[in-house]
Order: sequence, then C-alpha cells, then structure tokens
Amino acid sequence: MLQVRDLHKSYSGTEVVRGVSFGVAAGECYGLLGPNGAGKTTTLRCCLGLTASDAGTITLAGLPVPAAARAARARTGVCPQFDNLDPDFTVAENLVVYGRYFGIARRVMLERVPRLLEFAGLEDKAASRLDTLSGGMKRRLTLARALVNDPQIIFLDEPTTGLDPQARHLIWDRLKGLAASGRTLILTTHFMDEAERLCDRVGIMDRGSLIAESAPRALIGAQIEPHVVEIFGDGVREFARDAAPRYAQRVEVTGETAFCYCRDAAPLLEALQGQTALRALSRAANLEDVFIKLTGRDIRD
Amino acid sequence: MTEPLIERLGLRFLHVVGRNFLVWRKLMFASMIGNMADPIIYLVGLGVGLGAFMPTIGGMRYINFLAGGMLCFSAMNSATFEALYSAFSRLKVQRTWEGIMHAPMTAADVVLGEWIWAALKATLSGTAMLVAMYLLGIAHGWRPLLVMPVVLLIGLAFSGLGLIMTSMARSYEFFIFYFTLLITPMMFLSGVFYPRAALPHAIQVIGAFLPLTHGADLARGITLGMPMAHPWLDVLVLAAYATCGVSLSVRLVERRLLK
Ligand SMILES: Nc1ncnc2c1ncn2[C@@H]1O[C@H](COP(=O)(O)OP(=O)(O)O)[C@@H](O)[C@H]1O
Ligand SMILES: [Mg+2]
Repeated sequence: MLQVRDLHKSYSGTEVVRGVSFGVAAGECYGLLGPNGAGKTTTLRCCLGLTASDAGTITLAGLPVPAAARAARARTGVCPQFDNLDPDFTVAENLVVYGRYFGIARRVMLERVPRLLEFAGLEDKAASRLDTLSGGMKRRLTLARALVNDPQIIFLDEPTTGLDPQARHLIWDRLKGLAASGRTLILTTHFMDEAERLCDRVGIMDRGSLIAESAPRALIGAQIEPHVVEIFGDGVREFARDAAPRYAQRVEVTGETAFCYCRDAAPLLEALQGQTALRALSRAANLEDVFIKLTGRDIRD
Repeated sequence: MTEPLIERLGLRFLHVVGRNFLVWRKLMFASMIGNMADPIIYLVGLGVGLGAFMPTIGGMRYINFLAGGMLCFSAMNSATFEALYSAFSRLKVQRTWEGIMHAPMTAADVVLGEWIWAALKATLSGTAMLVAMYLLGIAHGWRPLLVMPVVLLIGLAFSGLGLIMTSMARSYEFFIFYFTLLITPMMFLSGVFYPRAALPHAIQVIGAFLPLTHGADLARGITLGMPMAHPWLDVLVLAAYATCGVSLSVRLVERRLLK
C-alpha cells in the first residue's frame, strides 16, 4: 500500500529526513516511532504529497507521489497531529462538508453520517458545536472524518497524544476495529505501549533516520534482555556500580534510578533481598526499553 | 466509478466556495447588515448631508455621483475584509485550509475558491448598493444592471490583492499596513467621494494605476451614463490586478503550506 524509498527532506539546510525507506503491506498496521523532532510528521507529509521531498520515491495506494498525490489522497484517510476540524460547522456538518472535498454528494454523505457518528461515539452530538466537545471527542471526530471516503489506507499522526487514559483506550479500540476490517494503518506515536498494542510492525526513527524496524516483540527480543529491574532508594548508585553488574547484562543509572537489564532477574532480586534501603520493581522488557536504548535518554524538544 | 461533474471539470475550488457559503448562510443577517446596510447608510448620510453644500458634478446631484463611487467602494471593502480577515482566520487560526488539503484538494483549489468567494461577497454588497440606487431614484432603466460584471471584476481584483497579503501575513496586525498604505489612500485617490480632476496632476497620475479608479470610472459610466474615456482599458486593468493577484497568492500559499 505504501512504498517509501530513500526519502530525503531538508528545511533551510538542515536535513530532517535522511534517507528513509520502508514499506507497508495491505492490511498491516505500521508504527513510526520516534522522539519529538525525529521527522515522523515530515515523513508522513511527504507520503501524502503535502510537502515536496528533496529526493526519494514514494508510491501510495499504487500511485506515485507527488505526481499523482491528489488521486492518492482520494483513496487515503488522514488523521493529522493537530486537529483541524472546521469550527464553523457542527459535528455532523463537519463530516458532510469534508465529504464534499472528496466529491462525495451531500445526499450520500447524509447516509454515511450516522454510521460515522456511531463509530466516533458521537451519536448524540450530531448538532453540537465543536467548542462543546472534549479533546477526546474531537480526536474521535477527526478519526471519523478520515473515514468519509471509506479509505483502505489511513494515516494517523500521534492519534492519542494529549488524551486521558479513557479516551486513549477508546481510540485504540476504534483503531483495532479498523485494522480488523482489513484497512492499512500507518501511525506515528511516541507511546510505546500504544505501538506494542496496535502495530504489526514498527520502525524506530531518530534524527531523520530509521534505525530499527521489526515486529514489536521481535524488536524487544533482538535488541534487549527480557527482564528489567528498576532499583531506587538510598545508595542506589553504589549498588549499581559495585553489585548490579554481577547479575545484570546491562546497568544504566538515570537520576535516582538504576535500570538493570537481565537475561534472568532472579539472582539480582535475591541479592536485593539484603538491601533494605533499596526498593526494586521487576518487570518484562518492553518496547520503551528498546526505544530508550536506541534513541538515548536525553530530552528532545 | 464515474467521477462527479465538478471533479471531472476540474472545478474542485467550488467545494471551497460552497463551504464558505454554508457558513455564511448561518450568519446571513448579521453579515448582510455589515456588508450591505453600512455602505447605504454612508451613501444617504454623506449624499444628503454633504450634498446640500455641493454644486452639481457634471450636471448631476452629488448623491448620484457619490453612489457610483460607493458602489465600487463597498465592493472593494467586502472583498478586502473577506480576503484578509476571514481568509486569514481559515488559513492560520482555524487551520481550515490545511484540513481541506488533507482531502484530494490542492492549495490552488483552496485559493481559487477563496478568491471567487470574496468576489461574490463583493458582488452582493454591490448589488445592495445598486438596489439602493434604484430605490433612491439614482438609477433608471435596465442599463445600470450591466454594472454587475464590473462589480464582480472589482471583487476579483481586490480579493486577489487581499489574498496576497493574507498568504504573507503572520498575524492580523499585518493587515493594518495594507489598509493604511493602500486601501485608505486609494479611497481618496480614486475619485470615490469627489472627481479626480480636483486633485493635483501628479496625484491623478498615481490614481490612474489604482484598480479602484478604473472600477469607479466604469461604474459611473454604466450606472449614471457619465462619459467613459477608455472603458476597455479600465476592464483590462481590473482583470490584470485580478489575475496577477490570484496567481501570486497561489504561489505564496503553496510556498507557505507545502514547504
Ligand atoms: N515547516 C517546517 N519548517 C522548518 N522546519 C520544520 C518544519 N516542519 C518540521 N520542521 C523541523 O523538522 C524536524 C522534524 O519535525 P517533525 O517531522 O515534525 O518531527 P516529529 O513529527 O517526529 O516530531 C524538527 O526539527 C522540526 O523543527
Ligand atoms: Mg510530529
């Protein structure tokens, strides 16, 4: 459904996408992960023909982009990072008017609206003004709007950023539904739990390059030890320096916490029994650990 | 699947016109009062009040002369406000244009739609003025109706110029320059309130390059039967402003949104 080959994009001399290549098969849910400023949004915008790349080839829904970007967008749904719903219209009008941009007749849209509102859980909000909607409702409406043309492929740029847990779960549920109906999803996120839940395959992007790509489980298996013990409390630095390396394959100290990555956590936990000043949290390694390992712990803004 | 007619003819910008129309319909009455009643109040107020002190101009009452100018002036204002403030809020504040471009619409579709829409609003204001002219006994017969295409053309010219500003603007404050440096002086250089012959020659020359001057000459010729020196040149100048304005705005919006 989507083929990106050797994509490059610079903004005023700074290359923000540096030779990205990836492909997404029909029916697949692909996640583009990366810290802020990694180039995720820019990559998606190139794929949609909304910004001109400097080099590289893109095929979306069988069509070359940007040459046939308009036709490709006609077959695509877009849920952008920042809401751009039309505040001059009610909830239902937003869907009808958006359908018009796809050349869908008003009459046809009026038939589709009830189903879309149901999908968004906004049945009783059809005539509401947008400023009466919560952030989660707006996101769901944006998602419903991305479906007005019944697309087979949908781009979602940080679909749950800024939402509370309930709202996030509802969005995930809808996205799973879309995936189950055979649609191709391409989403960006910096929530690793989101990617682990939804994506068949993820690509980790940092500073404009794809640095790893695989199924989430496989990525965790390949990149990192299966167990993580987080240790904190008085004397954690000394313990991490002197004792921990004997039991863990890798030890990282950030602030007041030591992250110990182990093939087997039992010996470490046993050693910790005698350390009453320290507290420990033992858990399975997840995508976030891989992400941190690959992209580092420093803050990106 | 057969493509709908609008798509087949490449007239997608009509969806943008349609969108703006739907919004306008909601606030139709407030909008009409602002766009239509206001200039008419000016016409009657200035025409009657000032007219009492004025000699006739070219054999006609001052209010008649003023009406021909106000017709263009209100068209200019309507187009300008729509292309500046309303369009800018859709471009920047509401991100409406961006949303539209996530559909199979291009920057050119959006700008073309806004251009036509602002010109239609100008035409509406002009029509209100024309109706007032009939009601006040200033216009007679069918001939003044021929001014409608001219009003549309004035709308397209100022909508095109306004969209250039909008596509470069970072905030609403930016438009103050446009008003102070262009629109307000134009009002006085183009012979809206008095004949341009009253101005020093050098200033008349500047006026000859302004679109409103050509609009006012055409409008007075058509609605009041005043002699027109070179009507086709007037049309040409307005058309040039209109086409240059819209094509430059398309380029600028592409540069702004598609970078
Ligand atoms: N229109 C733009 N003009 C200039 N720089 C931009 C523009 N869009 C993005 N950038 C820069 O490109 C980099 C990547 O941005 P983006 O693709 O939005 O990252 P992400 O979506 O991964 O957070 C950032 O450093 C950002 O500042
Ligand atoms: Mg982004």
